[in-house]
Amino acid sequence: MIEIDVEKRLGGFHLAARFAAPATGITALFGRSGAGKTTLVNLLAGLERPDRGRIAVGGDVLFSAEDGVDVPTEQRRLGYVFQEGRLFPHYSVRGNLTYGRRRGRGAAVSVDAVVALLGLEALLDRRPGDLSGGEKQRVAIGRALLAEPRLLLMDEPLASLDAPRKAEIMPFIERLRDELRIPVIYVSHAMEEIMRLADTLVLLSEGRVAAVGAVEELTSRLDLRPLTGRHEAGAVIRATVAGHDVTYGLSELAFPGGRLRVSHVALPLGSPVRARIRARDVALATTRPAGISFRNIFPARVTEIAADRAPIVDIKLDIGTAEQPVALWARVTARAVQELQLAPGRAVFALVKTVALDRASYGRYDPAPGEDDDTL
Amino acid sequence: MPALTPLEIETLRLSLRVGVVSVAASLPFGIVVAWLLARRQFPGKILLDGLVHLPLVLPPVVVGYGLLVLFGRNGPIGGLLYDAFGITFAFNWKGAALASAAMAFPLMVRAMRLALELVDRRLEAAARTLGAGRLRVFLTITVPLMAPGILTGAILGFARSISEFGATITFVSNIPGETRTLPLALYALTQVPGGDRAAWRLALLSVLLAMAALVASELLARRLDRRIRGVA
Repeated sequence: MIEIDVEKRLGGFHLAARFAAPATGITALFGRSGAGKTTLVNLLAGLERPDRGRIAVGGDVLFSAEDGVDVPTEQRRLGYVFQEGRLFPHYSVRGNLTYGRRRGRGAAVSVDAVVALLGLEALLDRRPGDLSGGEKQRVAIGRALLAEPRLLLMDEPLASLDAPRKAEIMPFIERLRDELRIPVIYVSHAMEEIMRLADTLVLLSEGRVAAVGAVEELTSRLDLRPLTGRHEAGAVIRATVAGHDVTYGLSELAFPGGRLRVSHVALPLGSPVRARIRARDVALATTRPAGISFRNIFPARVTEIAADRAPIVDIKLDIGTAEQPVALWARVTARAVQELQLAPGRAVFALVKTVALDRASYGRYDPAPGEDDDTL
Repeated sequence: MPALTPLEIETLRLSLRVGVVSVAASLPFGIVVAWLLARRQFPGKILLDGLVHLPLVLPPVVVGYGLLVLFGRNGPIGGLLYDAFGITFAFNWKGAALASAAMAFPLMVRAMRLALELVDRRLEAAARTLGAGRLRVFLTITVPLMAPGILTGAILGFARSISEFGATITFVSNIPGETRTLPLALYALTQVPGGDRAAWRLALLSVLLAMAALVASELLARRLDRRIRGVA
């Protein structure tokens, strides 16, 4: 477990954060800029000192104001990937990678393995000044990994990169999670990154923890929309890859209660995936429509209506089974709500365009987080 | 210009020895003081800052006299050093090096302090997250990144050392072969009739030496700068 209960005052800003998160998979710290995300990570790493409180990772107390414990940064064994890379300019890539190697300890992760994992073979003798932004971040990730941390902190590692570079790094971060199984705290203000990478979500707002939970759970809560983002708001559905249609370049994802037809997903059958469906990509009908291009038509039941931002109304639906409800959101106008007489409990059909789901809408997930607590 | 005379060679060698030793001996202290002034907050910091810079604004004679009082064989520090290690600064080349070092110290510290303030502290933080303790961070990150400043400081200090006159002549006098460096030899020549030609030659030698030091420092600093900016 990662246990945090800290307070820190910085000028006019007051951070008072308390949460516990499993030390497996990727835990995302999400919030607007100024919410305290970076401060919180710096407190964890020991680069800043809390005014009071306690920090423990995997049962080891790293900071405790009460007991006078403040383990120095260099002894915390937390890897840190900074937004701006922070490679050492006077070392080669190889020198950067091996800077944190510990002498005299049996190395669990070899340099060769990390170099292969991150595709750094061709960069080893280059200098940081010659690298592109994406290459720098890959080296920074490798450097942190090779110090063999018990937990990896990533502070918006993709924020300074353009979209193609982001797409280049993302698979490497997925490999950290899936192959090395190293627990990660991932700071971001981009919901699509979180949805693709994270298992657990910690929502930060103005220095406070607003909510902690599974990504699907928090993103499907209507009351958290102001924090999770209105424009991009949507539900996250856990599914497994159930079929590929090579002729049409489509895939089917099975979830409790139905199958979602989406653009081709390059994952083997049976892979657990998370699909994010934005509220504005979902339409509603009161009768099953015929002769329509929507490839996904799900019988649904209205569970909640949020009309706080009229004339735009977010409708929360259940498209799952009686035992396993699956939340989906639809964004419609207040007028549609009235004309279709939408109210909680009403049976409707939810329509989702196949093309609305692209590569950025999926992420693999760990089907059983919590089973690997001994990786610490 | 005809070849150097034996006397000129002796003077030149003494000057170089004084310059090199004064820089080499004061460099570690300079780095530590620069680090204290740039990075640390402590009571008396303004006082230390003032003390370090004092030789820059004091008449060199005062510095020389101060050294004579403190480091003379019977002085509080000089006596102690002699009793403990048998080292004496009185009227020998080591005293000349000490006087030069005292006069050059502020220039050296200034250059290094400026360089240190430009070192990106976020890189030091990154090194600590990789398990490096404070000393290792200092030696592997801070010092290499401030290397151009250290080099500039050292060369400036060297140039200042071989030009030192007032404090040296006050502290260790003008003894041929022992404390008579280039400027002192030049001074001696101007005090005797018919010394003009020899004085000119020494003056020219001083200019050449100083220019060589400055050009070398500039070239080296450029190379180092490219290195620490991470371009091969």
